[in-house]
Amino acid sequence: MSASATVTDVLPAAAERGPLVLEAHALSKEFRLSRGRHGNVLSAAREVSFGLYRSAVVALVGESGSGKSTVARMLAGQERPTRGQILLDGAEIRPWTHGTFRAYKGDVQMVFQDPFASLNSVHTVRYTLRRPVRLHQRAKGKEAVAVELERLLERVRLTPPEQFLAKYPHELSGGQRQRVAIARALAARPRVLLADEPVSMLDVSIRLEVLDLIDELRSQFELAVLYVTHDIASARYFADDTLVMYAGEIVERGPSEDLTQRPAHPYTQLLLAAAPDPDRLGNPIEVEVARGEVRRAGSALANTVGCRFAPRCPFAVERCRAESPPLRRINSQRAAACWRLDVAAPDLVSETGEERSPPMKT
Amino acid sequence: MIPAGSAAKNGSPPPGHDAGERPPVLEIRDLSIVYRAGAADVKAVDHVDLALAPGETVGLAGESGSGKSTLALGACRLLRPPAVITGGSVIYRGSRVAKGGVEILEESSRDLRKLRWREISIVFQSAMNALNPVLRIRDQLGDVLDAHLDLRREEKRERLAMLLDLVGIPRERLRSYPHELSGGMRQRVMIAMALAVDPEVVIMDEPTTALDVVVQREILAQIVELQQRLHFAVLFITHDLSLLLEIADRIAIMYAGRLLEVGTAEQIHNHPAHPYTRGLLESFPSVHGARRTLAGIPGSPPDLRSLPPGCPFIPRCRYAAEPCRSVDMRVLPVTGSADGHFCACPFAASHAAAPSPHRRASSGAAAPPLGGSS
Repeated sequence: MSASATVTDVLPAAAERGPLVLEAHALSKEFRLSRGRHGNVLSAAREVSFGLYRSAVVALVGESGSGKSTVARMLAGQERPTRGQILLDGAEIRPWTHGTFRAYKGDVQMVFQDPFASLNSVHTVRYTLRRPVRLHQRAKGKEAVAVELERLLERVRLTPPEQFLAKYPHELSGGQRQRVAIARALAARPRVLLADEPVSMLDVSIRLEVLDLIDELRSQFELAVLYVTHDIASARYFADDTLVMYAGEIVERGPSEDLTQRPAHPYTQLLLAAAPDPDRLGNPIEVEVARGEVRRAGSALANTVGCRFAPRCPFAVERCRAESPPLRRINSQRAAACWRLDVAAPDLVSETGEERSPPMKT
Repeated sequence: MIPAGSAAKNGSPPPGHDAGERPPVLEIRDLSIVYRAGAADVKAVDHVDLALAPGETVGLAGESGSGKSTLALGACRLLRPPAVITGGSVIYRGSRVAKGGVEILEESSRDLRKLRWREISIVFQSAMNALNPVLRIRDQLGDVLDAHLDLRREEKRERLAMLLDLVGIPRERLRSYPHELSGGMRQRVMIAMALAVDPEVVIMDEPTTALDVVVQREILAQIVELQQRLHFAVLFITHDLSLLLEIADRIAIMYAGRLLEVGTAEQIHNHPAHPYTRGLLESFPSVHGARRTLAGIPGSPPDLRSLPPGCPFIPRCRYAAEPCRSVDMRVLPVTGSADGHFCACPFAASHAAAPSPHRRASSGAAAPPLGGSS
């Protein structure tokens, strides 16, 4: 099954923003769950392909265990793919190898979910930021480093900077900590920012500001951003393109607005139906969620036959259980991996091939 | 179905009180809790009134540090030093206790132990940490039954099985250890445990926050269904206002230890009276309906150690004016709004009359065609 080949026909909305910077090409990651030749193998990511484009945000949406963080970690060079390639500016790169890692980190930086865990609690903000500035910018001399540190803090709007430099993580609020983590990523002057659930640990009222900050930095520094999240609603607002992952596979992709308003894959539909809707005021929770037994466990095993979503899918037929659906093009911008699109999303399928103007980001 | 807001329809009772025919099953009056920290006390909960009618779902929304969990734990006297309850009263009026109700804050620890779980139970946020990893589910649920009911062996076995049925977990799972269950299943076990001895009030402290959206929805559906069946009242604590708007009858908004606004879900949604509530409504993106601009709330939550006089929201409020600095932070009925709507903002009436951020957005019917302008 080669899902990657069919995807290149799809023109992502993100590509409108700028040229391709970083590309995942059929990335797979397998974890051996038990020993022995016949031990179970979990495929945390299977044939994942997509591109990150300059000045554009691509969201990777999925539930916990869907493999979205594994994909981000592979792109960050922290996890070695079992198969597949990473391409930076069109050339294959093996960031996990010793000689390449540091140079790669100068281009590709990551922001993690939990700013308490990702910042060393025994070091001050100054220490945390000084290291990447020295390593990647090769700033020499106390003066130059000090100036750069202040600039970084100003960029993430921690002002006045001198007030924050001497602080320890525990003296900062969650939002402030995440800003420090973002400043640390920026210190390397990267071209790609991988943000793994950057706001899910923050308070609702703070989230928007941090997302806006990332968006502002994206446009200021022309960053190619991967936004990993479980919150499809925020992907709608924040990302040009959205990729939906389920059990290690990309099951749907397309421009965020179009995808969230007219989901094709049954899993995307479920995800959207489950999202809170305040306008449903008063008569809640009439979800047609596949209830009762939750058969999630084991669905990502490498030897799973057929569509991994089939056990939860209301549209599943014999074919779904027997044959794994490839990611197929629906129109010029969208693709989904489903055999039953004609039933699951009849409106979309009927207009296949029709050219549509790309929805733009506001 | 839960009659939305039915509990708070008529009359004009004191703030945060339910006005139905039946008196509230749990009534928090003027409760204040501080954390003793060196020289200065941190006021985590400051003069808060809140009441729960029988069978009602009240949502308590606020960010971390707003005092929402402290309030709930304080109401059950589950706080440990340095937290100290400095004033107020908490009255429980369940059908199994004396007619006038019990003053929880004055109960002896022995009587309290009988009251806790039997009458008021809690579902904590992280089922992972709340369950004992080395005990089977059967034994943990069994402990609750042993502590409060005097059951024979078969009765106990029967009840355990029934509890799992209640939350939709196969009976075989009684033999499982917590790590053998998924996150959603563990949270269901916690819910089963909270309902094990038929309490009349269940406090749910962020019960679904750590779970995936789809699982979250399954659990919420379960809670709503169980509540319809067993008629317990729920105090649902969360930072997710969008969730509360769907499931709660009434919603209380907390900020910096103060109650800022109380109203029916409909009032909070359509006529938010406090700028903070409005800000919250403008903070979360929605997948449904038209795209709208999200304004968010600038600034960060205040430092409870050094609160300015008056409204704690002033530094982040775009409407802040002179009266705000001297306002006594008590929730008062909102003029012009229906009964049961209370707010601490001096300009509550005009805010409530202004179009809601949500209303404005959702009135546009369907989403605009894609590829549209801007």
